[in-house]
Amino acid sequence: MNDLKWINLTIDDSPVRVPPGTTIMEAAETIGVHIPRLCYDPHLSLQGSCRVCIVEVEGFPYYMTSCSVEVAEGMKVRTNSPDIRRARRDIVELLLDNHPRECQTCERDGNCELQRLAYAMGVRERLFEGERKTFPVDNSGRSVVRDSEKCILCGRCVRVCSEIQGVHNLSQHGRGFYTVVTPAHGANMDDSVCIQCGQCINVCPTASLLEQNHTDLVWEALADPGKHVVVQTAPSIRAALGEGFGLEPGTPCTGKMVTALRRLGFDAVFDTDLGADLTIVEEANEFLHRMKSGPLPMLTSCSPGWINFLEKFYPELIPNASTCRSPMTMTSALVKTFYAQTTGRKPEDIFCVAVMPCVAKKYEAHRPEHRLGEIPMTDAVLTTRELIWMIKSYGIDFTALPDGDFDAPLGIASGAGDIFGTTGGVMEATLRTAEEKLTGRLGRRLEFVEVRGVEDLREAEVKLGDHTVSVAVANGLVNAKTVLDRVMSGEKQYHIIEIMACPGGCVGGGGQPYPPPGYGILDPRLLAKRASALYSVDERRAVRRSHENPALKVIYDTFLGEPGSEKSRELLHTSYSPKYPRGIK
Amino acid sequence: MSCCSKSWEEVQAAGRAALPESVVEYIEKCRGLPHPESRLISVLHKVQGHFGYLGREQMDAVAQLLQVPAAKVTGVATFYHFFRLQPRGRFVITVCMGTACYVKGAERVADRLREELGIDFGETTKDGMFTLESAHCLGTCGLAPVITIEEGVFGQVTPDQIPGLLEKTIRESRT
Repeated sequence: MNDLKWINLTIDDSPVRVPPGTTIMEAAETIGVHIPRLCYDPHLSLQGSCRVCIVEVEGFPYYMTSCSVEVAEGMKVRTNSPDIRRARRDIVELLLDNHPRECQTCERDGNCELQRLAYAMGVRERLFEGERKTFPVDNSGRSVVRDSEKCILCGRCVRVCSEIQGVHNLSQHGRGFYTVVTPAHGANMDDSVCIQCGQCINVCPTASLLEQNHTDLVWEALADPGKHVVVQTAPSIRAALGEGFGLEPGTPCTGKMVTALRRLGFDAVFDTDLGADLTIVEEANEFLHRMKSGPLPMLTSCSPGWINFLEKFYPELIPNASTCRSPMTMTSALVKTFYAQTTGRKPEDIFCVAVMPCVAKKYEAHRPEHRLGEIPMTDAVLTTRELIWMIKSYGIDFTALPDGDFDAPLGIASGAGDIFGTTGGVMEATLRTAEEKLTGRLGRRLEFVEVRGVEDLREAEVKLGDHTVSVAVANGLVNAKTVLDRVMSGEKQYHIIEIMACPGGCVGGGGQPYPPPGYGILDPRLLAKRASALYSVDERRAVRRSHENPALKVIYDTFLGEPGSEKSRELLHTSYSPKYPRGIK
Repeated sequence: MSCCSKSWEEVQAAGRAALPESVVEYIEKCRGLPHPESRLISVLHKVQGHFGYLGREQMDAVAQLLQVPAAKVTGVATFYHFFRLQPRGRFVITVCMGTACYVKGAERVADRLREELGIDFGETTKDGMFTLESAHCLGTCGLAPVITIEEGVFGQVTPDQIPGLLEKTIRESRT
């Protein structure tokens, strides 16, 4: 670093010394000055459109956007002069003037970046009353709802969709007052190349993008005496739910979550981890077949956003995707068959709710492939955010709750199921089981740290006895593209590839809580904390290999037969087909 | 729509069928150059040059053949005033809405045109005869208010002259 020519400047009269190429905003952060911002995010490309981060630079007659301007020697920057404070407040005021005055009835009341910013800037009255843009709400999507009237055109959704997910579904259309963010041709989300991952919801500063709300469906079922309402929770819910109640990110709260669900009135509380264990056992069986007769690599199928991406962007690789339904749908299938039979209930009297970190699960639940005759396997899907709201709305003091236990048998799971919620987790769970299946003797290794981490893309050669298994793990679909293109071109050969649509895997899913104070959107520190919660839950489990889960033995012995049996194929496996419109890779 | 499935070859073939050969060739040439996506606007100009407007099918075809996301194509097409998304009528009527024309009653002339044709600015009559457009200034303020019908310029137009002008245009188109 010594031969670097460091830049000296002052920010609000404090001397700052930073390497060349640093932006004013970054330089300010090194001395603890947080310049307000809206369209800027360090994980996305620069847009510089909101103008909220403007600062005064001595010698320049105009204000500069601190997110995009690099420091220069001797620069004198003011971030809080009376003029700049007034200008910044005016900019936010103008954004509000073209924004619906619906804060009290808005889904993001109290959790809205624009609202917070307006407060911080000291906007206390509305000076201008004029024409406001009017757009209908696109409520047609199974997963994502778009309300363009609340859009402030920060472009974060456009950038996350193209730069992190490589989907390029959203773009700004039209110009000036009539500019609107939509898919191509102004199409509905479901008729576009949208893969329903919901990352656009996570990065939206307002309520312009939201999940399709299922809470009313759930309240209604809970109040219906004729319905037996069961709930299952995905692995990553326990790692993030606490954030909604002020707990430190990374605090596992399995026990409190179970108790809260019982208080809400669910008749049985099951664990999607069991579905994850089933997935591993079925997938391991499928993998052994593929080792003999191909096609390889096998692609995991747990992430519904990834499955949508596969069908729209890489239909050529459909034969490589595991036929396993997702853990959620496997669990739901067992709820409406195995559980219904053993408890003497009709499947149509059971209402099956899934709490997921994901909005694509709402789309998945609706797929015609995941039905039992006339009825869906999963009736409603709540995101982590929706569950947090339900618990609060019910008046439950979450942090004071005693720990509860999942119901048997569909609530009994192994630690391998827990780690499904983070990138690399499915791979590690697979390797724990595959070792024994491949070598025919008891597994020796439990922790496969080489596939852990929150980086976008990891590859490893894993020795299992005499076998060497070549694996890749990708999260965020831009990274999936990189791996899949290597496969398509024949540049690389893998045995198994784990793909999770969302950055960090399910812990960073499109249905997870908005970042708590101190964390930003797409923040790897937050994702790593949530992931560490899952690894700590796994570590404390008595059973850590999926195939050793005692509940699975009962289910196979008394109901399914064996992995890959006809009944397993019917209930636990599915098929995929190419979808249109075809995405541009 | 999401039920339909098409192989990549079918998608490509459908794209080629939607565009004239010259445009397909141009796109293929662009694909061989660095940053083919940067040629999007010139490709769209060629498509509009051929069809008079950019249809949904054509924009999807451009997206697939040039390998530029469809949302990018429609984003660009809706941003620029010059690109038209609706078929153009046989006669394009342009009403000057510049300051001088506006003061001299262009809005009343425009209202009468809307009423007679049953369409708004940017639209085309169902029979494909007329397209109504507005312009910011045609540069002939001395003749305000001005309208043009194709190449013909009409000055000091009053709303009552509109039915006669339309009839004359239709009559002459038949001869």
